[in-house]
Amino acid sequence: MVVPVLVGVSVIVFLVINLIPGDPARAILGTFATPANTAELTQQLGLDRPLPVQYLVWVGHLLHGDLGRSYILHKPVLDEVLDRLFPTLLLAGAALVLAGVVGIPLGITAAVRQNGWQDKLITVSVLVGISTPSFWLGMLLIFWFGVRLAWLPVGGMMRMFGGGGVGDVASHLVLPAVTLAAVATAVLVRLTRGAMLEVLRQDYVRTARAKGLTEGRVIYVHAFRNALVGIIPVIGLQAGFVLGGAVYIETVFQWPGIGRMLVSAISTRDILLVQGGVLVVASAYVIVNLLTDLAQSMLDPRIRA
Amino acid sequence: MIDVPLSRRALLAGAASISAFGLPRLARADTPQDVLVIGHVAELQTLDPAQAVTISDFRILCNIYDSLLHYKDGSLEVEPGLAQSWTISPDGKTYAFTLRQGVKFHDGSDFNAESVKFNFDRVLDANHPYHNTGPFPFVFTIGPVERVTVDGPYVVSLHLKEPYAPALTMLAGAIGGLAGISPAAVKQYGKDFSRHGGGTGPFKFVEWVSGQRIVLERNVDYWRGAPKLAGLVFRPIVDENARVSEMMSGGTDITIEVPPDNIATFTASADYTFYQQPGPHLWYLVLNTKTKPFDDKRVRQAANFAINKGALVDDVLKGTATVADGITPPAFTWAHDDALKPYPYDPAKAKALMAEAGYANGIDVTFYVTESGSGMLSPVLMGTAIQADLAAVGIRCKIETYEWNTFLGKIIPNLPENVALAELSFMTQDPDMHPALALRTGAAVNSGGFSDPKIDALIDGGRAETDPVKRAAIYRQMQEVLYDEAPWVYVANWKQNAVSSARVKGFELHPSFTTRFYETSKS
Repeated sequence: MVVPVLVGVSVIVFLVINLIPGDPARAILGTFATPANTAELTQQLGLDRPLPVQYLVWVGHLLHGDLGRSYILHKPVLDEVLDRLFPTLLLAGAALVLAGVVGIPLGITAAVRQNGWQDKLITVSVLVGISTPSFWLGMLLIFWFGVRLAWLPVGGMMRMFGGGGVGDVASHLVLPAVTLAAVATAVLVRLTRGAMLEVLRQDYVRTARAKGLTEGRVIYVHAFRNALVGIIPVIGLQAGFVLGGAVYIETVFQWPGIGRMLVSAISTRDILLVQGGVLVVASAYVIVNLLTDLAQSMLDPRIRA
Repeated sequence: MIDVPLSRRALLAGAASISAFGLPRLARADTPQDVLVIGHVAELQTLDPAQAVTISDFRILCNIYDSLLHYKDGSLEVEPGLAQSWTISPDGKTYAFTLRQGVKFHDGSDFNAESVKFNFDRVLDANHPYHNTGPFPFVFTIGPVERVTVDGPYVVSLHLKEPYAPALTMLAGAIGGLAGISPAAVKQYGKDFSRHGGGTGPFKFVEWVSGQRIVLERNVDYWRGAPKLAGLVFRPIVDENARVSEMMSGGTDITIEVPPDNIATFTASADYTFYQQPGPHLWYLVLNTKTKPFDDKRVRQAANFAINKGALVDDVLKGTATVADGITPPAFTWAHDDALKPYPYDPAKAKALMAEAGYANGIDVTFYVTESGSGMLSPVLMGTAIQADLAAVGIRCKIETYEWNTFLGKIIPNLPENVALAELSFMTQDPDMHPALALRTGAAVNSGGFSDPKIDALIDGGRAETDPVKRAAIYRQMQEVLYDEAPWVYVANWKQNAVSSARVKGFELHPSFTTRFYETSKS
């Protein structure tokens, strides 16, 4: 499945970036984009060949591990994408872990205390979390924790001077990761609560209670394990949202990731950089979903069969 | 190397010892003495001035490279740079430069006539062994250079195909930095020269970390004497709000391009210094002179009277621009016609002109607006305000909005027949370039289809005239003719702005919109 998905992605990305109006030569020349200048530059960039030829040339190089050279950054696409990939994976990973660590226990609590004050408080918070636009939350956090209180850096991945240590990067990671995790956390709380409520009503839970197991064991071992089968695939889907959300979170927090790279590459019509970047992000998404499928099948014997 | 921890090694060494986590206010103000951290508007694209295409790149490159001529402080007039003196042949086609001796490139090789020739041959000659290190999209702006000859170890001549008086100002401009590239560095790095660079300027390139920083260090052997700062760190902060919050939290010492809404915050505080400088920029409306209604001069003048430019500049642009009076921005102090006053806001007169031209009941037209774009300021807000002003005198606009690259494709070379007007802006280094590219009969970006033999003759005359005083007179005459003909609505001239911490001294914005930190220091 993985290979056809990636081939499909590469074709779609190639078509979309080539179909949107405006071409790289014009983007470079701006108000100097006279027909003569544009034609000359288009030819120098190798973009005067027919689209299918351009695509096949690109795929041919791709098979040799070469993603081409960025027109705008004047360096191999692969180098730039690899430079940018780690920060994005770090940010998205941290957000996903945060969403899981906070969201799942809150969801369980809400389900166990259904209709209690904890449930109501959590449900309202979830509503707020889902409805808050992330970029606005990001700016709010920057203003309070970065500028007013000055507890945390307002942006970037490390200090300009003497930075780069684990503590330093972690302190830079807090605000963007929290911002990025907000929606995913809320979604996970809702889902966990729903899944748990359903499981808690099942007969085997009553049986477990009847045979005298402690409430903690009933909830976390018997009920949660089964609820998790429904939660895991959603974590995989959330990985997609988190990778997508990273695009604007990275811009707000100057995170040197692949999302911010893609935004500027699209506006400058840096075709090869967009293709390479999207392909790598798509691969990451496919891999995450592959892993969640595997995790799900480990948990649920019915899927294995 | 710099003695502050700027190198990668020092960066790693320092990493373990510092934990910024947990303690209040540790995040604030971590920029060291002697090193200036600059909040920069965009990612750097290239370290090669021959390849660079954006003003934001040139703001970095002008600190690494010298050109043959420099601009004087605070002015767009030229003074000696790497060339000590120059002569122009009577036919205006040969420019001979006598070069400064004893200048060395950052890599230690010598700057001389051969290196200048190498640099021009590299970009002009398709058969040059290093021509494949291009493309060089903006080299054509220097002028029609035919060949470059070495007339002595330190004498080099540029031979033009035809007279082109703007050549001097263009050589002093950002693209002129290509004359000061180190040939040894081009030979060493080949296609990757764009990622390493190498010139004769006050600062040398140290490192470029994608999306994070570009680090330059002091060139102690600089021919004008070593700069005061030990280093410069350019941080690409594309989001304008993020630039402001970094400045407020002390993460940067100086920020270029503060959004209009935040200026008051900085000017109100003694901790900051605010700078602004009008530049050679014009924000205008192209009028389609080939079709109704703007084929009639009276309607074009009516549009100029109808728009309240003072209100646009004060309310929409919050004072980050001044009202334009014509084709040549006042930043060209030597060529601007100071007697010219902007068209006043006079809707009554506009209506009268409309009626005179036969449009007493008004007319419906299409107006192209862009969403964003280099130098376009706030195009959507500007477009809607202009729409309201024009409607008041009977020019009822239907706005069509496009993304910048799409927009350019629609208006170049000509506006579609059914489109009456479009927003546009232009930045230039010589008063010749804008009219020559956009108003000359049949010119490549003459979107409005304007044609006037008087203007064509003045453009040609300005190009051929090498005496700056006579040349200025030609451009003043051109401004007067174009004021009356009104092929465009002249709206605004943008003022570049910046804010620095009060610790920064000796910095001034330059009308060329580049940022030069040679004389800057930090206490």
